[in-house]
Amino acid sequence: MDIDILKEYIPLYKEALILTLKIGWQGIFLSLILGLIGAAILHFKVPVLKTITGIYIEIFRNTPLLVQLFFIYFALPKVGIQITAETCGVLGLGLLGGAYMIETFRSGLESIPTIQTESALSLGMTNGQTFYHVILPQAVSVSVPGLLANVIFLLKETSVFSTISLMDLMFTAKDLIGMYAKTIECLFLLVVFYLIMLLPVSLLGAIIERRARYGQFGD
Amino acid sequence: MDNLGIDVLFKGTNFIRLLQGLWVSVEISIVSVVISIILGLVVGALMTLEKMWLKVILKIYLEIVRIMPQMVLLFIVYFGTTRVFGWDVSAESAAIFVFSFWGIAEMGDLVRGSIKSIPKIQFESAFALGMDKKQTYFYIILPQTIRRLIPLSINLITRMIKTTSLVMMIGIVEVLKVAQQIIEANRKTSPNAAFGVFAVVFLLYFIVCWPISRLAVYLEKRWA
Repeated sequence: MDIDILKEYIPLYKEALILTLKIGWQGIFLSLILGLIGAAILHFKVPVLKTITGIYIEIFRNTPLLVQLFFIYFALPKVGIQITAETCGVLGLGLLGGAYMIETFRSGLESIPTIQTESALSLGMTNGQTFYHVILPQAVSVSVPGLLANVIFLLKETSVFSTISLMDLMFTAKDLIGMYAKTIECLFLLVVFYLIMLLPVSLLGAIIERRARYGQFGD
Repeated sequence: MDNLGIDVLFKGTNFIRLLQGLWVSVEISIVSVVISIILGLVVGALMTLEKMWLKVILKIYLEIVRIMPQMVLLFIVYFGTTRVFGWDVSAESAAIFVFSFWGIAEMGDLVRGSIKSIPKIQFESAFALGMDKKQTYFYIILPQTIRRLIPLSINLITRMIKTTSLVMMIGIVEVLKVAQQIIEANRKTSPNAAFGVFAVVFLLYFIVCWPISRLAVYLEKRWA
């Protein structure tokens, strides 16, 4: 391993990391919004929208992100929908993540006993107040570990962005290997940068999981 | 519809080639799933043992698999190790190795979770009835564990099939690669083929994965 080469490559990887994080967090934000909306639709059994949400979940959970991205990036322009690679990445990640987030939020909502709703209603709260002040806070604390697992999963999935020529970590590594054939240095930096990105999230996950458990069980 | 490239699929052997491409991914996933389930059972059982050094090693293994994208692992095995050790690995064996490495950890964690989820009272009751350790495990714990495990491992199969779409990146000609080849070959006569062909690939993956994940949901509900 050559230290000089590492030094030379680090700025390139840094740039790629920033781009990966940018698209990653935008996608995750989108998936959280989709997840909340979808879970609320399923929870309140809104007619028609309920069926659409169900179909959406099944489609995006049963196809790989790579195929979804190819479809959005290469196929949609043929029917007149032009999207830049970055938007495509955010959209693909958001739609895939949304399908997983809905399930996580929904199981959180389902885990709250009906007596909570009944008690709140009998205290004179409206439906909206009950959902916002009683059900949602409890459901979120139950869903947190699942949400963080989804976040890690989605940040990992960003590695397929390289296929639609986004200059993410994977793309940079592949590109540098192709040009200078310093395979070992490139792969080493790739691993290091993924660790920099994901290890903090994973550790944070462990801490928050413990705190969420504390909120729930008090031990 | 012919301007969206559906017709391209029925030219010559194009559709059969797509299916063959899909089969390459499915084949790699089946081999990896079988290896993952068998070795995952062993690793999962090891995870429940109260041995400090074993716990640390398995924890590190699990964490590596959880953090590193499968694509990075593929690159390390296919481009990295071949460079360092100078051996010759075919893309298929590299893919099977990586997906098994990943699957064993996932499966092990599922097995550990299922064993841990059996309430302690089951062990205690069995002992109180005079069963020995072997009998308790074989007649009481194992059947319950397997019931919880089967839906979860079926889910692992669909995840494996979805992840094998990555093998395109190390040069295996699977369904996406075939799709690209078909689109390239028909660029002149049918410039919009990308839509039809990628839509069909999308659909093919859905047709393969959807029934499997429905089966998992069904079993989970029935045995819960």
